[in-house]
Amino acid sequence: MNGKIINMLEIENLTVEVAGKEILRDLYLNIERGEVHVLFGPNGCGKTTLLLTILGFPAYKVKSGSIKFKGVDITNLPTNERVKLGMGVSFQHPPQIRGVTLGDMVNIAQGRSEAAIDEGVIELAARLNIPYEFLVRDVNLGFSGGEVKRSEILQLMAQSPEFIMFDEPDSGVDVENIELIGGIMSELLDRNKLPSKRVRAGLIITHSGFIMRYIKADRAHVMLEGSIACSGMPDEITKNIMEVGFEKCVEKCKVK
Amino acid sequence: MNKRDMRDIIERAKRAREKKASLGDDINLERYNTAGSEHDALKSLAEVPQEHKQSLLRAGIEPSESGRSGSFLLQDRSVVFSRVKSPGLELMSTTEALKRHEWLATDYLWKAIPVDMDKYTADVELDQTNGYFIRAKANSKVTIPVQACLFITTDKTGQKVHNIIIAEENSELHIITGCSVAHAVQSALHLGVSEFYVKRGAKITFTMIHNWSEGVEVRPRTAVVIEDDGTFISNYILMTPLKSLQTYPTAYCEGKNARANFQSIIYASGNARIDMGSRAVLKGERSRAEIISRVLATDNAEVIARGEVIGEGANASGHIECRGLMLSDNAAITSIPELKAVRKDLDLSHEAAVGKIAEEAILYLMARGLSEEEATSVIIRGFLNVDITGLPDALARETKQMLDMSLEKVM
Repeated sequence: MNGKIINMLEIENLTVEVAGKEILRDLYLNIERGEVHVLFGPNGCGKTTLLLTILGFPAYKVKSGSIKFKGVDITNLPTNERVKLGMGVSFQHPPQIRGVTLGDMVNIAQGRSEAAIDEGVIELAARLNIPYEFLVRDVNLGFSGGEVKRSEILQLMAQSPEFIMFDEPDSGVDVENIELIGGIMSELLDRNKLPSKRVRAGLIITHSGFIMRYIKADRAHVMLEGSIACSGMPDEITKNIMEVGFEKCVEKCKVK
Repeated sequence: MNKRDMRDIIERAKRAREKKASLGDDINLERYNTAGSEHDALKSLAEVPQEHKQSLLRAGIEPSESGRSGSFLLQDRSVVFSRVKSPGLELMSTTEALKRHEWLATDYLWKAIPVDMDKYTADVELDQTNGYFIRAKANSKVTIPVQACLFITTDKTGQKVHNIIIAEENSELHIITGCSVAHAVQSALHLGVSEFYVKRGAKITFTMIHNWSEGVEVRPRTAVVIEDDGTFISNYILMTPLKSLQTYPTAYCEGKNARANFQSIIYASGNARIDMGSRAVLKGERSRAEIISRVLATDNAEVIARGEVIGEGANASGHIECRGLMLSDNAAITSIPELKAVRKDLDLSHEAAVGKIAEEAILYLMARGLSEEEATSVIIRGFLNVDITGLPDALARETKQMLDMSLEKVM
């Protein structure tokens, strides 16, 4: 990294409104290259808002603060410009698009919109147990919860971004596939490499924490009411949440 | 047909001369020329002047005639070219065919559509300017498509055609009809009567591309009669603006297992006023129909998208799917699907939806790296992407390319 560590993502003092309502408040978050962070928190605390703000969706209005990605201030960049800089996302509830197939989406993610579904796409899909018949279906139309997740991960494999955000990658996924998804997420995030060789970074949002059995994170955060309330070692935080719940976990955090 | 029958047809046409159509804006037919603009015959389509070739290509017509089993070109009111390459096929002007086959007038002429349906059908009879006759002989499977082009090159032309298409028993016939207009034409009228006869076990696919311009008024009148185990598949593509269009092709599934499919893809732009539907009358036992339309309305275009299935035969089934996409606050889409059932063992259904481009779909595509414009284009293409079934592979690919080409032009 040119001899110095550069932050992958650097969020400072971020306050965000959605439809006139403040959802995120004075939020700070730093993710270095090669790191994977996990973000816990109860429903409605603002996890998805944070993710979609980082991605630059227009409904998420930044009232103050800044977001830097690979040293570039992206606070006011449109989504596709941010994506071009090397960010990708696995959505929790992606929309259906009639007439646009999953195969088309894979090609778009690879930067070749006009291409046909070829051997490369088919091989990539096979790694996720996605058959050809599934690639020619309209994206997300009638997909089960687990199929949505695999479809999202497949698109990320095609895109191969340096920084990946996963929004609830484990919800609705059956036991058989969660290990598979966890394995591919680990690979996408350089988890199979020696720590010094890791470049790619990630932010995983999980409500249940289930996926963390299959992917190792470097740092965990708990979000409450739009701010990061405590941060620490993933194992420790997970254990606390499981034992005492989100609020108490944060209290324990503060005592320390 | 004896003289008395012929006189009867003419009398009925005369009586219907002022009969307004039940749908669509009324057209003053006197605004259009019924004489002049005659053109000399061509020895091959390659002789079509360069300035016109592009207009033909845009309507799916291949000037080289390659990959076609026959070609027909009507320029304004003259048949300038007609050649058939396949032995199982007959192709000529309707006027010529009526001279050659006595049975044509007796058994087919105005049998699917009443001559006095409205002033337009009447006018086609009284002031006919040819049209094409296509016949696939019994048991001939002509998998290479026939192309027919109805081309207007002279301003103020009233082009009035009567087409008769017959697929005899167990034959197969694929037709590409391109309707096009030269740049110089400011205003024109196209009246087209098309009578299709699909005999027992036969199949016709009919791919029609309309490549009109802002000043053209269009009133096609189409009916299809389908016998036992016969199949009729229509693919209609309209991508260019026009002044007005009203049409309601009707398939009569008379025979057992008779099947009709209509797929219409309409990109309505400019000030176009379009009233367009497809109807299937399911009379035969287990006959079935599927009517699919995709309508995209932009600028000031107004579209009425109709669909009707009438179930009369035992165990008949039909489905209508109308989808509309609005791209402008000054445009309008009215979607009118209708089902009529007259017995209890039928299965008829419809779904209709009109909406805008979902912002979340645009953002999803942007999150995969596309710009807003690219994302919109992908969504529109997807919306118009109807699975065209029943065509031979080469023709299916070609139709897809024609659609892409038309889209390139408008987007």
